[in-house]
Amino acid sequence: MDAILLQILNGLDKGSAYALIALGLTLIFGTLGVVNFAHGALFMIGAFCAVTVSRILTVSRTIIDDTQKDFLGNPLKVEVPYVHDWFGQATGDVIIDWAVPLSIFFAIPVMICVGVIMERGLIKHFYHRPHADQILVTFGLAIVLQEIIKFYYGANPIPTPAPSAFTGSFDFGAMFGFEPNTIIYPYWRLVYFAFAAVIIGAVFAFLQFTTFGMVVRAGMADRETVGLLGINIDKRFTIMFGLAAAVAGLAGVMYTPINSPNYHMGMDFLVLSFVVVVVGGMGSLPGAVLAGFLLGILESFASMRQVIEIIPGINQVIIYLVAIIILLTRPRGLMGRKGVMEE
Amino acid sequence: MLGLQKKDASLLLLVFALTMLAPFILNPFPEGSGWAQFNAGYPDLMQRFVIFGIFAIGFNILFGLTGYLSFGHAAFLGVGSYSAVWMFKLLSMNVIPAIALAVITSGLFALLIGFISLRRSGIYFSILTLAFAQMSFALAYSVLTPITGGETGLQLALDDPRILDSISAAAGGNIPVPSLFGIEMRDSSEWSVGSWVFTFNNGYYFAAFIMLCSFYLSIRIFRSPFGLMLRAVKSNQQRLNYTGLNTRPYTLAAFVISGMYAGLAGGLMAAMDPLAGAERMFWTASGEVVLMTILGGVGTLIGPVLGAGMIKYMENILSKINSDILHTWFAFLPDGLEDFIVTIIYPFIGKGWHLTLGLLFMMVVIFLPGGLVEGGQKIAKLFKRGKKDDDGAKAADATTPAE
Amino acid sequence: MGILDVKNVNKRFGGLQALGDVNLNVAENSVHAIIGPNGAGKSTLLNCLVGKLIPDTGSVMFDGQSVLGRKPFEINQMGISRVFQTPEIFGDLSVLENMMIPCFAKRDGAFELNAISSVGSQTDIVERAEQMLEEMNMADKRHMHAAALSRGDKRRLEIGMCLSQEPRLLLLDEPTAGMARADTNNTIDLLKQIKEERDITIAIIEHDMHVVFSLAERITVLAQGTPLVEDTPENIKGHPKVREAYLGESA
Repeated sequence: MDAILLQILNGLDKGSAYALIALGLTLIFGTLGVVNFAHGALFMIGAFCAVTVSRILTVSRTIIDDTQKDFLGNPLKVEVPYVHDWFGQATGDVIIDWAVPLSIFFAIPVMICVGVIMERGLIKHFYHRPHADQILVTFGLAIVLQEIIKFYYGANPIPTPAPSAFTGSFDFGAMFGFEPNTIIYPYWRLVYFAFAAVIIGAVFAFLQFTTFGMVVRAGMADRETVGLLGINIDKRFTIMFGLAAAVAGLAGVMYTPINSPNYHMGMDFLVLSFVVVVVGGMGSLPGAVLAGFLLGILESFASMRQVIEIIPGINQVIIYLVAIIILLTRPRGLMGRKGVMEE
Repeated sequence: MLGLQKKDASLLLLVFALTMLAPFILNPFPEGSGWAQFNAGYPDLMQRFVIFGIFAIGFNILFGLTGYLSFGHAAFLGVGSYSAVWMFKLLSMNVIPAIALAVITSGLFALLIGFISLRRSGIYFSILTLAFAQMSFALAYSVLTPITGGETGLQLALDDPRILDSISAAAGGNIPVPSLFGIEMRDSSEWSVGSWVFTFNNGYYFAAFIMLCSFYLSIRIFRSPFGLMLRAVKSNQQRLNYTGLNTRPYTLAAFVISGMYAGLAGGLMAAMDPLAGAERMFWTASGEVVLMTILGGVGTLIGPVLGAGMIKYMENILSKINSDILHTWFAFLPDGLEDFIVTIIYPFIGKGWHLTLGLLFMMVVIFLPGGLVEGGQKIAKLFKRGKKDDDGAKAADATTPAE
Repeated sequence: MGILDVKNVNKRFGGLQALGDVNLNVAENSVHAIIGPNGAGKSTLLNCLVGKLIPDTGSVMFDGQSVLGRKPFEINQMGISRVFQTPEIFGDLSVLENMMIPCFAKRDGAFELNAISSVGSQTDIVERAEQMLEEMNMADKRHMHAAALSRGDKRRLEIGMCLSQEPRLLLLDEPTAGMARADTNNTIDLLKQIKEERDITIAIIEHDMHVVFSLAERITVLAQGTPLVEDTPENIKGHPKVREAYLGESA
């Protein structure tokens, strides 16, 4: 029982990332009808927003501290971040420590801008081109974006730690009456899951309860009719693209403490996120979320030693295997609407 | 000639001339000169040109003719490489059986994957092929290590059985190298003319010969009734179904043929350098052949070869340029301007060549859906316009796809 | 016994009864029109005939053989050709190539892997396609891209492609929909000419009464998924039930 719970927990953080990226992907597909291969790059840009913020916060000036000596006996050079000067040392340290969560406020406007520019500047021109062209041009864009990041940040992963309050693990099992020390779980992963849940909830609430969201949902169902009502659906769809970019970006920001960001992390996640979207059903938002968590958890179950002993290698291929089976037996996916790209 | 129309025959002749004279054409700069680094006429790179040319020609038979975008073609390349290396290990260092097995196994593998993937079309087909290729990659990397060598890759060993040539292997203490009836693939002869050095590599000429055969075959396929049906699949599947034709065997045949081309390329890669690794099957490798085909001109005969050559040239030559070289080039400019220009260009060359590639690729998809070939035709048309104005109209009505 | 025999066909989509007990008999070498107001189930019926839909119950016999459960290409090989509402042709290919494809299908069947010989060397096919284009008065356009043809010419090409297979039954789905008057009249003339020159059965679904009454020998009126009457054009014109179905709809 505790082993099962542990695997579910282990699957949650990856599942959250899949769900968040897939949510944006399927939102873009449902509204704009575009298959966006550059969505993984948005996730990656989000992660590098966190890197950027933590770099900005640690911009320092060098002072010579006469009270301390280095091993040669010279006065020690000490780097003093400007945040210390502005907020005092204690507050400054806290700000630096919380760089990743603070990046959210930086990432949201940046990602919305990136998304809107991408949609207006490029994707707009591909609405009426075949899906293959859309895949190709966004694939090219993804290469360009990741190369730009590589140029400025280098090819190596950049460790970006979580706030010290959330580093380390805690005994999750003991809190729920299991044997102590059976279910140890890192704090940050729980934070990530909670964060993902909040974002998903917010996106759904936005679509469900605002007029804007209602128009977008109507547009997803039947674009032409909504257009005939005199509603400028294109403008709203552009904003939706920005929103999808922000969701992917935030998923990236918060993922940095789990996996140090590198320039190709977006592509790594993209392939799996596409699989998630297909399993959930193209254009279905609940499907994307459900499939994201389902596949994340399934993946962690498949990595259990007992399972691998029975079917070797299953942990490497389980997601693809599920996708293949789903695509062949139920092309519209778990929760896809009838008639949406079923062929 | 050879059952081809005049236009196709001259294209084949052109490609023949280019590949045979490649050691000269690709080595235009004398040794020791500042430009020598742009020489691409060394065996390793020339082999890659033709091998990836084969890969792209095959991919084009599927994507260019039927419009089915496979994102998992590297899997067949990988299977081809593994089969060839196993043939070297078990049977003989002769490349013929190795390549034959590579083509056969990749064909069978393509038959299996194609049979399943082609039940869906469009984006779903792309994702299915991607999923299969990623699965193959993951398995080759982990569980199938006894067959694939896992992370280190599959390599030859001194004590491999090599049933057919056990006698000669016992004589030498080294691992034998792949050969064609005694002609070693890695052997080259050099010819120095003044300060130029031209290298003629056995492996290159062998691969080039096979590439010419594949190219010839692809021309035949393009111009055949089968090719016509494949183009009809791309144009309107519905009409084809209501014309009494079963599209599934046509697309499956195209898939298997292009998988065999990929296996052939993989087998040749192993023949040039007898090792195989799982990274050849990774999905970025599948993406690369998509880039080659689109860049050169999808659905055209020569386009994929051009695209393959261009990308491999960029990968090997453009990536070598560093900022020092740039500074020497622009040394004639005033210092400030020199630094400025070098700063601007620098991100696009050297390690950043992927950026150039990505941008180029996007430009092609956006503005030149016919790739470099279409670009070339447009330029040619511009020059012709002065002479004959109605030529363009005739070219637009051409019944056969452009070369 | 007609060439096409539809018996008690029912088709439901969820709660909607699209076809209810449809019986239809098309006599050999006749022109049979199926008319009815929007939503009467005409297209559903047509899709049941060509294998795109499978009826829930009932039988569809073509020349004594059931077509149910067969794929569209198999049904076509039995001798049924279909012309679509919007012309379905191979837009990326030339007019001549368009015409050659059904000729190949007629000669080689559903699949043949002939990847080595060139298209041009198949002289029988080329000749047949050229001849068909002559008959359709399209020989001068043979090297044009099919996508560049006018609407009327696309229709003409599509009909020609269907005829080149020498089908026994030609199904036309609103062949003049969206056409100007002149194009409509051309199409009517073309169909009349086909009727005179060939042994062929034509079943036509049409909205335009002018087309129906110029061509049809028998007419079936469909309303709400059920056949109301089947009779000759003269009798249909004044039939009270037909008026009711049409006028009742619009009133």
